[in-house]
Amino acid sequence: MFEGYSLAELGSIFAMQGFAGLILFSVFVLMALGLAIIFGQMGVINMAHGEFMILGAYVTYLCSNFISSTAPALFPAYFFIAMALAFLASGALGMLVEWAMIRFLYRRPLDTLLATWGLSLILQQVFRSVFGAREVGVVLPDWLMGSVAVTDTIEVPINGLFVMGLTIAITIVIYAVMFRSRWGQGVRAVMQNRVMAGAVGINTEKVDRYTFGLGCGIAGVAGSAFTMVGSTGPTSGQLYIVDTFLVVVFGGAQSLIGTIASAFTISQAQSTMEFFLSGSTAKVLTLLTVVVILMLRPQGLFVLKVRR
Amino acid sequence: MSSDKINADKLTGGAHSPLRRKLLLGMAALPAIGLLPRGALAQALPTDAVNTTKLAVTDSTVKVGILHSTTGTMAISETGSVQAEKLAIAQINEMGGVLGRKIEVIQEDGASDWPTFAEKARKLLVEDKVAAVFGCWTSASRKAVLPVFEQYNGMLYYPTFYEGLEQSKNVIYTGQEATQQILAGLDWVTKEKGAKTFFLIGSDYIWPRTSNKIARKHIEMHGQKVVGEEYFPLGHTQFNSVINKIKLTKPDVIYASVVGGSNVAFYKQLKAAGIDLNKQTLMTISVTEDEMLGIGGENIAGAYACMKYFQSLKNPNNEKFVAAFKKMWGGESVIGDVTQAGYLGPWLWKLTAEKAKSFDIDKIAAASAGIEFTGAPEGYVRIHENHHLWSKTRVGRARTDGQFDVVFETADLIEPNPFPKGYQ
Repeated sequence: MFEGYSLAELGSIFAMQGFAGLILFSVFVLMALGLAIIFGQMGVINMAHGEFMILGAYVTYLCSNFISSTAPALFPAYFFIAMALAFLASGALGMLVEWAMIRFLYRRPLDTLLATWGLSLILQQVFRSVFGAREVGVVLPDWLMGSVAVTDTIEVPINGLFVMGLTIAITIVIYAVMFRSRWGQGVRAVMQNRVMAGAVGINTEKVDRYTFGLGCGIAGVAGSAFTMVGSTGPTSGQLYIVDTFLVVVFGGAQSLIGTIASAFTISQAQSTMEFFLSGSTAKVLTLLTVVVILMLRPQGLFVLKVRR
Repeated sequence: MSSDKINADKLTGGAHSPLRRKLLLGMAALPAIGLLPRGALAQALPTDAVNTTKLAVTDSTVKVGILHSTTGTMAISETGSVQAEKLAIAQINEMGGVLGRKIEVIQEDGASDWPTFAEKARKLLVEDKVAAVFGCWTSASRKAVLPVFEQYNGMLYYPTFYEGLEQSKNVIYTGQEATQQILAGLDWVTKEKGAKTFFLIGSDYIWPRTSNKIARKHIEMHGQKVVGEEYFPLGHTQFNSVINKIKLTKPDVIYASVVGGSNVAFYKQLKAAGIDLNKQTLMTISVTEDEMLGIGGENIAGAYACMKYFQSLKNPNNEKFVAAFKKMWGGESVIGDVTQAGYLGPWLWKLTAEKAKSFDIDKIAAASAGIEFTGAPEGYVRIHENHHLWSKTRVGRARTDGQFDVVFETADLIEPNPFPKGYQ
């Protein structure tokens, strides 16, 4: 397929393809971080993760409509307000769900699968009733659309760079919260041994609620960011759920580093194969590779050493 | 009633028919029928004469079914069809119904699940004994209900443009089959843009694959070249790699049949990657006004869509239709190709029943060929012997406000050809 192209042309295509891989990597990490906390750390199989993302997307949609009609001057910056609101809305709903449903299921992790799947159906129908069955178009500020020309032939999409930046920022924040703060220490203690953590005076119920809320809130931010690249409809959340679980499980459920490593592996494999083969074949081969590696290493890429 | 008159006029126009005197006598009685109270015509056409197969027909009513997804993923697309069918039925009832009988609707929800479609179709035909069903959207749902309609002898009016390779006594296809939609568009883009190379991209299921197969044959037959053909799983949201591939192969035309949520991702990422659709020709067969709502006009403006109907079409029928649709379903609503095809279903059925003077399925199926509907928003249409519609094909150019400018329409109606020779 490369006959008749100059070296410079090929070079710039490969550079752009490298960026495409990195952007896909950031998207995967952003999708998976919230779930890595909820599923990886808490052990809740949250099938409604996609719907929490879409809640964030709808908040962005409302925010964009509200700001363009009331304060058009603020419009170029509305995306940041929207992401903050998306975090709060999804986080609040997450805490409500934890209080009403999840906290009764910590000892029955498989039942969380059914319960949250039901929740995802309920949320989808709520979105459909409130916003209509059709997809909504989220208008983006102009500076987020288009691309930067790095050289004459290399163009990089701005929204891809934005997602990359956002992913790095959120990853750093999560790292700081989980591994450098006292609260994070409490979270890890509860996840490793709930009874002992309670015995040493950690309020496990509160830790659970905030952790679940944090995971859902990050999902909301991700959903908000994905309005730039994807669709916003009642069932759009379903588009992300499979990839999200794939990334988290493949990385080794309990390890945040594992999640990042697995997002990197899967995204690079997929984007390279998509370029050289066709789209569907790439997906099949990626999934096949993941299945084979998981057969050899059922615990995923990275394992947290814990005494059970 | 009015069409009875028209039929009579046509027959008498045939000069020395031996029937002439009888018909003239009959016509003398027609104005009197107009004076009779509602339901009187039904007595003129007694129920046991128009309904010999125990359908749900009474002296004053006839039951029909609407079978679409109002929940689940497909609700996005099928809502418009339901609205159009209900509008048509309301208008027909206002005019006095079909053969003097008011249409009553039984609506069932296919819930975006194909076995559910089959089950609901069975319910409509066996329990409700409806005289016709307007419904289905995806090919998968149509394939699921087809055996049911053939087994219990029902009549289905199917609104979506689809891949062809099907024909049934029990189905009237009111959308276009693939060759009708595709070939004229390809010829236009070749002539207008001097296109030599094409990049085909679609979602990975039967309709895009069959359509692209036809497109590829046509392209290669004319000495042009397909420089890439790609399929992505339904719901795929990351198109950056394929966009790079498009940049590498520099096709004259990107030919897109991506559907659903993927559509939104595809056009947003295309724009973000710096591909300006005002300079790069893109032709799609899967984006109607409905999809534009989600994609956002600013992300797709400049692209060409190839289908048989656009909301912005300028003719008196369409202006009336658009006004009535907005009055019934709100000023914000948009009307896509399939929605308009959905609107045709009840009208074609009414005209067929009046020609057959019966609701019997066999008589409707036999009378369907040659039925003409001059009031169609897309313009004049006629049912072919193969139960598809003769229709024009049009090319529209997407505008930022979510509508299309119609830039081309075929001079003549295109013959439906669900089993195209040389294209398989």
